Amino acid sequence: MGKIWVLAEQSHGEPATVSLELLTAARGFDADVQAVTWGAGASDAAAKLGEYGAVKVFDAGDLGESLPGPRVSAAIASLIESEGAPDALLVGQTYDGRDVAGRLSVRIDRPLLTNVVGLARQDGSFVSEHAIFGGTQVLNAKFTGDGPGIFVIRAKSFAAEPAGGSVPEVVSIEAPDTGRSDGARVKARHEEERSGPQLDEAEVVVSGGRGLGAAEDYAMIEELAKLLKGAAGASRAIVDAGWVPYSHQVGQTGKTVKPTVYIACGISGATQHMVGMKSAKNIIAINKDESAPIFSIADLGVVGDVHKVLPKLIEAIKAKQ
Amino acid sequence: MNVAVCVKQIPDPAGELSLDPSTNTLVREGKLILDDSDSYGVEMALQLAESAGGGDVTLISMAPNGETSGLRTALAMGAAGAVLVSDDALAGSDALGTARVLAAVVQRIQPDLVLAATESTDGYTGTTPVQLAELLGWPSVTFAKHVEVTPDSVAVRRQTEAGYDEVTSPLPAVVTVTAGVVEPRYPSFKGIMAARSKPVEELTVSDLGIDVSRVGWAGARQEVVSVQAAEERQSGEIVTDEGDAHEKIVGYLERIKVL
Repeated sequence: MGKIWVLAEQSHGEPATVSLELLTAARGFDADVQAVTWGAGASDAAAKLGEYGAVKVFDAGDLGESLPGPRVSAAIASLIESEGAPDALLVGQTYDGRDVAGRLSVRIDRPLLTNVVGLARQDGSFVSEHAIFGGTQVLNAKFTGDGPGIFVIRAKSFAAEPAGGSVPEVVSIEAPDTGRSDGARVKARHEEERSGPQLDEAEVVVSGGRGLGAAEDYAMIEELAKLLKGAAGASRAIVDAGWVPYSHQVGQTGKTVKPTVYIACGISGATQHMVGMKSAKNIIAINKDESAPIFSIADLGVVGDVHKVLPKLIEAIKAKQ
Repeated sequence: MNVAVCVKQIPDPAGELSLDPSTNTLVREGKLILDDSDSYGVEMALQLAESAGGGDVTLISMAPNGETSGLRTALAMGAAGAVLVSDDALAGSDALGTARVLAAVVQRIQPDLVLAATESTDGYTGTTPVQLAELLGWPSVTFAKHVEVTPDSVAVRRQTEAGYDEVTSPLPAVVTVTAGVVEPRYPSFKGIMAARSKPVEELTVSDLGIDVSRVGWAGARQEVVSVQAAEERQSGEIVTDEGDAHEKIVGYLERIKVL
């Protein structure tokens, strides 16, 4: 039986949701599922990683002020030498996940596939699924050379389901000093207070686009999101315009969300946006332009001005609460 | 301070995009434009060079058919020159192959800092800059939302899930810039005229001493298995707001038990 490694990110001992999603996906293949983790509190994360299917956890330890990219990729490369290569390495497409996967691909000289939204095994090869052209087409790809295949997988591609696994064996591994490539130092970490859920984990997402007209009007989006205990998202257009930070962006170059309801306000529905939200269970769209593409996928479409509809909607919801 | 900016010239994303049926890769014939995502890196580079008291901003690009139209846009913004790698042998290159080419150019021009976007708009693999850094043996700081330089270091506010980290790195380094963090300048008429005569050095794979088997189709070591139409999502009810559309939305939210 082969093995699959999952790069398991964690913060304060709590595994990232995407890592639990990948462990769940890895369990679907006939292979031992093993996790590679790092950082302060990593050993606390082990029990939960086991619950989701990891039978062994390799812990590269606290990296201090180092960024994960250089040292974790070096740790995985030496783990491949000592333990043998896994059939596949699954990495969440996160800020740090991309850094680790990119550096590892150079270190072990293997290509990688990113923006993966599904994974299957056909005739012994892993075949990845990718949503292209705004999610209107599905592309399947595979590696042709020697493994291990590095698959960088978008969050929300799989549902995270616990398997009731026991506490796994934790093996400490070394995260080597990589010299000059490890020159960057994290001097301070700022955690912004968030009143609601994380964007890609929220059951309700309210997003704003160009139709808001001005950066100040994004406050309406935040207020509605808060009232519905949801998260505030954004189209690429207003992120590019500097109205809101990149971390709010929904779409191809941002986050994928799959909430119970997605409320698109003043978003026309460029293909690059729709690929990130079209899997929402319910979609409500408000846009002035009746020919906006977003209406083609909306369960409820309101042709109207967000500046008129949103204040009334906010008042009506407040009145109910 | 000499800054190099990796810029991609892409098919206009607002136009009809298609896959070449024989290769299943994006059709890149016809005019290419500067990827909007890269305009932030170009602007950032111009500002950093200026704040450091001078230095050149050089563009690095890899594109088919000697394409320079996107480069001219960035040159018109104020970049001093460009290095373009164009070679039929590069068709089909993946992110790693592309990073090899960019690394060879960086080694040739030896900038103090390399900037890039977090990902391109057309391929959006999102790993080329960090692969470039690893090939060079350089540090990298990805997802920068604010960048400052001193003569021998760069200080970055790096986007994280929870907020941001303050990261410093010695130079040379690779930094990726998130969109929207600076306002790209519009090229002036004078800038556009000047851009026409700015130097664009065109190189091939052999000029850079790269083994052709490490780039292009052969280097990519991956293939498209199939492409099919995705399941379509149907549209539902569309109403025109007559002053009461908010009630419709409330009703809908109640039905799905969000309210």
